Amino acid sequence: MIKKIVISSENVKFLDKINELSGETVTLCDQCGVCSGSCPMISEMDITPSQMMRKVQLGQMDVMDSKAMWLCASCFACTVRCPRGLDLSKVAEALRQVKLRQAIDHIDIKKIPENEINRLPQIALISSFRKFTG
Amino acid sequence: MIKLPYYPGCTLKTSAKNFEISAIESAKILDIELIELPRWNCCGTVFSLTSDDLIHHIAPIRNLIRVQEMNGNGIVKDEHRLVTLCSMCYNTLKRANLRVKENPDDFKKINDLMYLEEDYNGNVEVIHFLELLKKTGFEKVKEKVKKPLKNLKIAPYYGCMLLRPKEVGIDDPEDPTIQAELLESLGAEVIDNPYKKVCCGSYQTVQDKYVVSELTYDILTHAQREGAFAITTSCPLCAFNLDNRQKEVKEKHQDFKQIPVFYFTQLMAIAFGLGEKYCSFDLNYINPRPLLIDKKLL
Repeated sequence: MIKKIVISSENVKFLDKINELSGETVTLCDQCGVCSGSCPMISEMDITPSQMMRKVQLGQMDVMDSKAMWLCASCFACTVRCPRGLDLSKVAEALRQVKLRQAIDHIDIKKIPENEINRLPQIALISSFRKFTG
Repeated sequence: MIKLPYYPGCTLKTSAKNFEISAIESAKILDIELIELPRWNCCGTVFSLTSDDLIHHIAPIRNLIRVQEMNGNGIVKDEHRLVTLCSMCYNTLKRANLRVKENPDDFKKINDLMYLEEDYNGNVEVIHFLELLKKTGFEKVKEKVKKPLKNLKIAPYYGCMLLRPKEVGIDDPEDPTIQAELLESLGAEVIDNPYKKVCCGSYQTVQDKYVVSELTYDILTHAQREGAFAITTSCPLCAFNLDNRQKEVKEKHQDFKQIPVFYFTQLMAIAFGLGEKYCSFDLNYINPRPLLIDKKLL
């Protein structure tokens, strides 16, 4: 059976937006998978970093329902290794920002247990709020 | 004594006070006076990665203006380097500086946004304390050692923010050696292992501490298997994840043996013969004193 992927103007618009926000040209990714092989978070992810890139190339907005973009810790391990010179951390940040700019936070501060709040250093709380709140 | 502007950042004033004190006192031994930036503000901890988000670069750039002011009012003399200790502050300040230097439009907009501040002139150079030590010369560091860290097997951990991305990294992103060079000059035995550059999970520690504690388990047990007695770091967030999260590691892995995590400057202070006065070991989660006593360093 032939599976047909239709790329609509909606899809193209989404790809353009992610390219604009990230400053990257996502279509340059040739799906070699070095990013997925370098990612320290891969075992927790639902889709791999290279699948995330493929979905963006095709303009599939359901990529924003993935856990992967939130699990990216911006460690830049993939960034220094990408043979196409792409910065996936910027692509993941662009995807997160599209969500966060709808005022949909990814972290509920009230749900962090009080003993954890007292234990965590400021650097952890500030960076987490910077990445997970709009 | 060389006087250098120094940016502490928020965590070095609280849970990582042991990092700051040990660094300032060790620097003095090397004739370096780290002078805290007047009116510094939080750098934002992470560099904003989206192209249109300029507002988050204001905080780091404002700190660079303070370096100009220090030169202007004579606190330092013709010194445009800004020394950082925290790896995350280093990365954020350095990347923001690079972004405005490479983008004249952004540069102008950011200066316009802070129109009552003195304009940033783009001349500040953000450096990490480890780079400063390398420039001073590890030979000179060695000369100052009074208590060599003999028989102390240490695995240096670099994490991400000192090394990546390449344009701001202080060393080879795949095989860094700068901490190893320092530790060798202090007389320690360096344990190399590939996990030295693997992310500790960073801010994910707030959302899901067990995602982080699994990474902690991998990083620490690899170092232990190579024979390390302790780990060193230069990042208060790595330190929290590698040190304090050992509590969570122990919950999941009963076989796990806890291991002390030092800031590299604490070991400098010990090796320079400053004793534990400037180490504040009470802030380290796993008590490193028994190890140091065992090696006759305390």
